[in-house]
Amino acid sequence: MTTDPVTLISPSRSLPRRDPALPGRLAWLAVSLLLLWPLLVLTEFRPWQMLEARSLRVTAHFLTGFLPPALNADFLATVARETWRTVAIATAGVSLALLVAVPLALIATASLSVSSLAGRMAAGPFAVRQATRALMVALRTVPELVWALVFVRVVGLGPTAGVLAIGLTYGGMLGKVFAEILESSDAHPTRMLLANGSGRLQAFLYGLLPQAAPELTSYAIYRWECAIRSSVVLGFVGAGGLGQQMDSSLKMLAGNEVATMLLVFFGLVALADAASAWLRKSLR
Amino acid sequence: MNADHDARPSEALPARLIALRARTGWVLLAALALVAASFWSLDLQWSAFWSRGSAASMGRFAAEFFPPDTSPPFVRKVALATAETLAMSALGTLLASLFGLLLALPAARTHARALWRVPTRMLLNALRAVPELVWASLMLIAAGLGPMAGTLALALHTTGVLGRLFAEAIENTPPAPAFALRVQGAGPAQVLLYATLPQVAPQLVSYALYRWENNIRAASILGVVGAGGLGQLLSYHLALFQMGRVATILLAMLALVLAVDAASYFARRAMTR
Repeated sequence: MTTDPVTLISPSRSLPRRDPALPGRLAWLAVSLLLLWPLLVLTEFRPWQMLEARSLRVTAHFLTGFLPPALNADFLATVARETWRTVAIATAGVSLALLVAVPLALIATASLSVSSLAGRMAAGPFAVRQATRALMVALRTVPELVWALVFVRVVGLGPTAGVLAIGLTYGGMLGKVFAEILESSDAHPTRMLLANGSGRLQAFLYGLLPQAAPELTSYAIYRWECAIRSSVVLGFVGAGGLGQQMDSSLKMLAGNEVATMLLVFFGLVALADAASAWLRKSLR
Repeated sequence: MNADHDARPSEALPARLIALRARTGWVLLAALALVAASFWSLDLQWSAFWSRGSAASMGRFAAEFFPPDTSPPFVRKVALATAETLAMSALGTLLASLFGLLLALPAARTHARALWRVPTRMLLNALRAVPELVWASLMLIAAGLGPMAGTLALALHTTGVLGRLFAEAIENTPPAPAFALRVQGAGPAQVLLYATLPQVAPQLVSYALYRWENNIRAASILGVVGAGGLGQLLSYHLALFQMGRVATILLAMLALVLAVDAASYFARRAMTR
């Protein structure tokens, strides 16, 4: 190949004016379109169905119902009651979750092991800790909605199912994270206490808890905030609260009631968010 | 006196846990009051739940789950529903990435005027504030029963989440390459395609993958309101009290979630290495 002196002086004039990244991008586009096809088939993705006259009429009717939101006193009283129930389900659920999580976390925390003071942890305690971890994984792997569905079959429609569902799932989550927080804090004071003959609970209360308390509380508050959102969702399977009310309004296509409840839901989430942020900031 | 305290701080008393003149005490009291009021107002059926008859019915209920239904036609149905769940989550995330990027451009501080930024941010917040399941039951009205409603619901919620994350990523790109192109006379589209996007692409992809992981979990339960996937199968057979089949579906859900967790764990480890 002969080098043209002009190329050396002004490369911009003689270099081909094409995009160096183009072939790669086109190849990626082709591959992704090829992968997209089975997805569209499996999800029965036919958006044009939504534009058919009959479907459009229903949607339009529902959406025009949004304005104005339902504001009559009876309905507002119902919404207020159900909103409180949503908060109450979340709070009771998280309290139950703490009852589940704290003992599990204490059992699972490796820095509270007496046998590991002298080298490796003994086989028995190791097995117990692993089993506790497995239990916590099992509790939180099942989504809370599935727990709620199952409990609705056992205890019937109503808040009990929601409280139990949040209690079990969040018990697993809180337990796992509590154990992780306890293990990541400085183990030296705990080990000193254990080595000098204090009990495990004493070592926890005086060695681990003072260091980890702000972080533990902060995580529990954060989970309470999540539980409020999730207790609205649980209502859709009949676990009471705002979600159940929203579900029945949706089934009756009462757009104005749905609009009110969505607004209340936004407000509730924003309020819980602000409360949780303020509490966690004041912990620091 | 003071010097003595400074020299031996260990002798100073720790703050009391419940001091009514301090904020902690009031916050603790308020939390306890909230918990008490919650339990008091909820009329929970604990007595029914803990009674002997309920324990027996609970045991019968649990026993009905065994054995799980493993007849080949039903397993095939569950496998199809699992594939549908995966497809819903993948397509939902893909749509959300596209629309999230489209909305992130006006929402980011770098590329747009304030006139567009505020409404776009409000739209993103609203999309994100409504949970997937609520979107799904809203979409049922427009899209009808089936996986399309679930896909759209995932796409709508995730658009809100990804749009915000993408906007932040775009705002945090180093401005030098974009500036260099602009100085050479490149237009805004060229700056976006050749300076901003290549820089943020890895971050956008990792955000999208993280949301996909979330969405697989969400997609497996969305069907409970009738929006397709494993959840729809679950609520159908649960309503018919076919507990053996319910057990199979639950096992499929657990396998899916655990597989996704394992895959993401190994992918993360491979990427950080």
